Formats: sequence, structure tokens, C-alpha cells
Amino acid sequence: MTEIGLSHYLAVAAILFTIGVFGIFVNRKNVIILLMSVELLLLAVNINLVAFSSYLGDLAGQVFAMFVLTVAAAEAAVGLAILVVYFRNRGNISVEDVNLMKG
Amino acid sequence: MNLSTLTAEYMLFAPELVLAIGAMALLMLGVFVRDHDKAAAFVAPLTAGLLVVAALVAAFMVPGEGGQAFSGAFVFDPLALFAKVAIFGAAAIALLFAVPYLKAERLAKFEYFVLIALAALGMSMMVSANDLIAMYMGVELQSLALYVLAAFNRDSLRASEAGLKYFVLGALSSGLLLYGASLVYGFTGATGFNEIAIAAASGEVSIGLLFGLVFIICGLAFKVSAAPFHMWTPDVYEGSPTPVTAFFATAPKLAAIVLLARILLEPFGAMTDQWQQVITAIAVLSMAVGAFGALTQNNIKRLMAYSSIGNMGYALVAIAAGTAIGLWALLAFMILYIIGLVAAFGVILSMRTSEGMVEQIEDLAGLAQSRPGLAWTMTGAMFSIGGLPFLVGFFGKLFILYAALQAGLIFLPIALVLFSVVSAYYYLRIVRVMWFSDPVVTFVGPSAATAVITNVAGIATAALVIVAPVLFYLAQNAGFGPL
Repeated sequence: MTEIGLSHYLAVAAILFTIGVFGIFVNRKNVIILLMSVELLLLAVNINLVAFSSYLGDLAGQVFAMFVLTVAAAEAAVGLAILVVYFRNRGNISVEDVNLMKG
Repeated sequence: MNLSTLTAEYMLFAPELVLAIGAMALLMLGVFVRDHDKAAAFVAPLTAGLLVVAALVAAFMVPGEGGQAFSGAFVFDPLALFAKVAIFGAAAIALLFAVPYLKAERLAKFEYFVLIALAALGMSMMVSANDLIAMYMGVELQSLALYVLAAFNRDSLRASEAGLKYFVLGALSSGLLLYGASLVYGFTGATGFNEIAIAAASGEVSIGLLFGLVFIICGLAFKVSAAPFHMWTPDVYEGSPTPVTAFFATAPKLAAIVLLARILLEPFGAMTDQWQQVITAIAVLSMAVGAFGALTQNNIKRLMAYSSIGNMGYALVAIAAGTAIGLWALLAFMILYIIGLVAAFGVILSMRTSEGMVEQIEDLAGLAQSRPGLAWTMTGAMFSIGGLPFLVGFFGKLFILYAALQAGLIFLPIALVLFSVVSAYYYLRIVRVMWFSDPVVTFVGPSAATAVITNVAGIATAALVIVAPVLFYLAQNAGFGPL
């Protein structure tokens, strides 16, 4: 039985982060999924911060994680507000239709 | 800690305090005024006044020698002072541009001005950040305000699409920045820039720290819209209301590039060899995208977006130099570039026919016959932004070339000159359309404030030519001390 150490936490965070990035670039269906991917990015970073904080025995990482949580909430609020405005004008939230401007 | 050190620390923080308290007070004021038009009409000048007061406080009330506050999380130095005054000035100009536009488009809501003040607060935190947490909070405060501003015309599909794109890609870039910050924290054991600098300078560089640095560079490259992280820029510039575009192109770019310069030169100054290649690659790509992307554009706002990508590439050349001279060159270049931008956006904001705003390049045809004043201003702005001799923008580029050559870079200065030549084509194309075509549309007069700012900036692109070489000479004689 191996000990769960820092590298395991970092690996989980890296996997979550990658899923988040792929969720933003590969997803073609729904803008809500983009918002979920953004949350995933921020929470992956939080796992990183808390793991490092515990490993280093230093509180700054956990304080940082608290700030990130707060900002993530504010960001979700702004994102949803913009999404509602967009939906009112466009009538759907499919990522494929976000293409009025290009080139 | 006793009361006097606390007071001394708050004195360094005074411009931010003024802005934060002022912005909240204005928000309350706006909420409690029933009549929306009236609220907008008096919050606008108050916000402009607030920004001017903040700039004056930064210049005259903060102790000149500066220093660090809050356990080293916040720094006030000449670099921060310079950037803050420029940011507050650019924000105030963008705000004055917005007033007549918002009134004409029936968008006059007081929140617009409060958001500008909050974005300026975020930017001023960015340029003073000396800790990863302070940096992140500054970047987010700025970005969240800007996302809302991009979608401010909420009945317009294009504006809301611009806001949505900006939000998603901006949030992604914040994620990259944050992931980098977490790695840097983990591999140096500290969030403060002072401690990171010590860790980065001590011998062997760990691969984790390098990864963290690259992620931070990528996150900030999004904010300065450097290629290959530029894809949001043309769409956001085109879709946003024009005064918002004018704001995006000036103050946030300056704040982000100063933050990037501070991070690379201060905490990671010992790792120049490592990050120089990354910055070189980003700079060359940005210059290429800026030069070739704009050639086929017909929308003037979209063209300005590509122009801004290219100019950020030039600014990154100054950072790649990695020296104090490079930092001087960066600041000089950005200020001279912003003067040109103010003139250009003043003209773009004046492109209003009796049916509404127009933004195609063809609409500028024959401007020299119908509105010679505007045509002269736009000519000055295009020559200056394009860095053609001998308007002020040329001296900004010359300074960067000097810094890069002093630092022993060969490839980057050559690339800069070549891409400048390519990009001169589309600046000259606008000038040609204005002077050698017949008018197709007639513009209705711009408002007094817009006209005055535009003309002053237009004259400045030529008049400051006398000052620019003198400044260069003085800076050279002062030995380019660290800012």
C-alpha cells in the first residue's frame, strides 16, 4: 500500500486542469459547459494550492485558496449574467452559434 | 506593528484607497438617485474627477521614495507611479469619450462609469502587485469589470457575443495564470515576489518553477493580447461599444504589460535565459499576426485590434531585452502609442452619420475634403501608431530597437523592422482612402469633448516629436537607472 503524497494530489489537479481546458476547446454544444469547465480549472488550482500548503507547512497557500474561491463565485455570477444577456438576444446558447464575428 | 508604520503603509496605498472608497460611494449615489439619466449625468463627471484625484494623490501625496507595504505584498516605486498616472489618465479620457456616445446610443447608465473606476482600481493593483495573491486579485478585479463593459450594450447581439467570448477566454487565461501561480508557490514556498526572487536566484532552477513561470506568461499574454493568445481580441474590439474598445486598447494593455515586465524582471530576473526564448517566440508571433492579420480587414475597429496585437509584439521586444533600458523603452513606447490610440479612437468615435455609427474603412473616404481637421488627426495617429518617421510613435520604436540592440539581441530588432514595414501598408491604406478618394458619407459633428481630446492627441502625435528625443537623451544621460 503506497502512501498518498504530494505528487498524487498534483497529478489529480493536473488531470482536472486538463479536463477543464479540453472542456473549453473541444465542447461544441453548450455555453453552460464552458462555465463548468472554468470552475473546474479554478478548483484544480485550489487542490494544488492546498496540497502545496499542507506539504510546505505554510498557510499562505490556503489563504490563496480562499481568495480563489471568492473570486470564482464572483466570476460565475458575472459569467451567468453575460450568458443570460446573450441568450435574450440570440435565443439559444449553442457554442456553434457564437459566430457572428470572425476573420 | 505600531500606528505610525501602519499609517505609512496606508500612505503608499492612498491612490487605491481613494479609488475604492470613491467608486463605492459613487455606486451608492447612483443607486439612490431615482432618475437614471440624471444619475448618469452626474456620476460621469464625478468619476472623471475621482480618477484625476487618484492620479494627483499618486503623484504628490505618496512619499516620493516609495516602498513596500503589507508585508511586501504591495509595492510603490517609480514604475508603479508612472504606470498609475498613465492608467488613470487613459481611463479618464476613455470615460470622457463615452459620455456623448452613451447618450446618443441611449445607453447612459451610471454603472458604466463606476465599472471604469473599478477597472482602473484593478489595474492600479496590478502594477503595484508584489505578491502572487495581490497580482491575482488585481487581474480579476480588472477583468470582471471589463467583461461587463464589453457586454454593456445589452440589447445588441454583437456586444453580448463579444462579452461572452471575452469572458470565456478571459476566465481561461485567469485559470492558466492561477495554475502557474500555484506551481510557483509550491516550488519556491512563498507567494511574495521578494521571496520568489531569492528562490529563483539560488542555483538550480527546478522544472516545476519553470512550468509555473511559463503558465504565468501564457496567462498574462492573454491579457496583453499577444499571439498565440490573441484570438479574442478582434471579436471583442469589433463587438464592444466603441468607447469601450478605446478603453480596452489603452489602459488595460499598459497595466498588463507593466505587470508582465515586473514579474519577469523582478522575481524572475535571475531566470532571464529561461524566459527570454518564450518571450521572443510570443513577440515574433504577435508582430507577424499583427502585420498580416490586418491586411485584409475592412472594419476599422477590427483593424485596430490587429494593430494592437502587433504593437504588443513590439512592446514584448522591449521586455525580452531584460534590462533597465528595456523597461524605460517599454514605458516610453506605451505612452507614445497610447497618445496615437487616443487620436485614432477619437476619430473612430466621430464616424457618426445621421443614421448612426459607421465603422468601415471605406466610410472614411474623402475625409480630407469633408472634414480636414479629422483627416489630419487620423493621419497623425496612423503615422504615429505605425511608427513611420518622424512622428512620436517612431521614437517609441527607436527606443525599443536601441534597448534590444544594447542587450545584444539581433534577431528581434530585425523582425521588428521587417514587420513594421509590412504593417505600414495598412496604416497608409487608411491615409490613402482619406486623402485620395471621394466622400461617400457625411459625418455629423462630434461632441465638443470628443473633438477637443481628439485634436489635442492628434497635435500631440506631431508636437511631442520635439520632446521625445530630448527625453531619450536625458534618460541616456541618467544612465537608465532601475525604475
